[in-house]
Amino acid sequence: MHIVDGALSNPVVIGGAVAAASGIALGLRSLDIDRLPTAGVLSASFFVASLIHVPIGPSSIHLILNGMAGLLLGWAAFPALFVGLLLQAVFFGFGGLTVLGINTVNIALPAVVASVLFGRLIARGTPLQGAIWGGVGGAFAIAATTGMVAVSLALSGDEFLPAAKLVFFTHIPVMAIEAVLTGFAVLLARKVKPELFVKGVTT
Amino acid sequence: MAHILGQQDKTLAEAGGRPEGLISPLDPRMRIVMAVVFAVVTVALSSLTALCAALAVSLSLLTLSRLPWRKTLKRMAMMDGFILFMLVLLPFSMPGDPIFTLWGFPASWQGFWKAVEIALTANAVILSLMVLVGTMEPVTLGHALHRLHCPEKLVYLLMFTIRYIEVLREEYLRLRAAMKVRGFRPTTNWHTYRSFGYLVGMMLVRAIERSERILGAMKCRGFTGRMLLLQDFALTRRDIAFVAGLGVLCTGLIILEFA
Repeated sequence: MHIVDGALSNPVVIGGAVAAASGIALGLRSLDIDRLPTAGVLSASFFVASLIHVPIGPSSIHLILNGMAGLLLGWAAFPALFVGLLLQAVFFGFGGLTVLGINTVNIALPAVVASVLFGRLIARGTPLQGAIWGGVGGAFAIAATTGMVAVSLALSGDEFLPAAKLVFFTHIPVMAIEAVLTGFAVLLARKVKPELFVKGVTT
Repeated sequence: MAHILGQQDKTLAEAGGRPEGLISPLDPRMRIVMAVVFAVVTVALSSLTALCAALAVSLSLLTLSRLPWRKTLKRMAMMDGFILFMLVLLPFSMPGDPIFTLWGFPASWQGFWKAVEIALTANAVILSLMVLVGTMEPVTLGHALHRLHCPEKLVYLLMFTIRYIEVLREEYLRLRAAMKVRGFRPTTNWHTYRSFGYLVGMMLVRAIERSERILGAMKCRGFTGRMLLLQDFALTRRDIAFVAGLGVLCTGLIILEFA
């Protein structure tokens, strides 16, 4: 899901950086002293969760869980996911430096939108109903992220169109798995710590 | 936060012991700034000569840093694995002079060179980033970003994340061990996905509860929203020489591009 340096055109890279900066600024504003440790620990958990490999057929995929990040963090998902991407690029060489902005937007914006759309639905009703909406939110976030990756590639030139389509279609199984996992994660959280989604952690 | 990628895959600096190269004594702030400058210049390049020169600059930085060559380049190649499909598609999707035809799809030279260009740029940038910034202690990175006037809260968030990645990874491994003891083996079935979902949910619930304890402990010690970042940096003559040297090389790359 990472885009690397050199693939995108300058307007896309610059636009991404500006959008990411505004998202991060909004997210930081929503973090006060009491929420800072929560956001930090959650940011670390999503970093660790992204290292979990889930088997699918003969291959395996790694989790992204940006939908879940959005549900728990709201706008703070922007700085939290940015920090994760920064650490991945610097210490593990995934992604790139000039594309940090666009990569952050592609992952964090769907997270925030998912929390706006599905946040209330997940907190309402029985835990099972919440879990189903959680699954829908998880699938939505991945679909939106791959869609945005495809759009950022397509905007950079028509020659990327086949690659953009391929990114989208190869990620359909990822969407399904993220949906199921997010659903069960919400189910567990609703049962173990029901107040989590009711008041939200950071919103 | 080093052992994240598994036992064999530590961060590069730790994998090779502390490398006593010429990069690690340099001022972290200047290393970050120059990594950004180099990345921006490299992304702006498009001629193959200039891009090869940029990759050569990254490789010489790697030599100077005395990082283990094989491990570093292997990690760089891991990223290439991700973008391979895009590079392979490019010759077929870009119109131009045909090289050969595969199943009726013509591959073009223009697309091929575009793919080479992207691969060179991506590798040059990520290699220089790993060598210049990736060799720092993660905590030093936070301090240096603070001194470079990054937003305070963002730096705190970064420091929290760095601090707890290792803790949470251990917790994850504990939970996985508990699952294994109970006979869990991941395959492609509903039970696996449900178990992984519960695992993720449990990790997040525990993380939030942990953060409540952390906040309590910090408040008990008088935390008011400011952390004191005490590490101070001073520019030495060596740092200025490094900035000047890499600056000249970057200017050279730009000249090479337009020559």
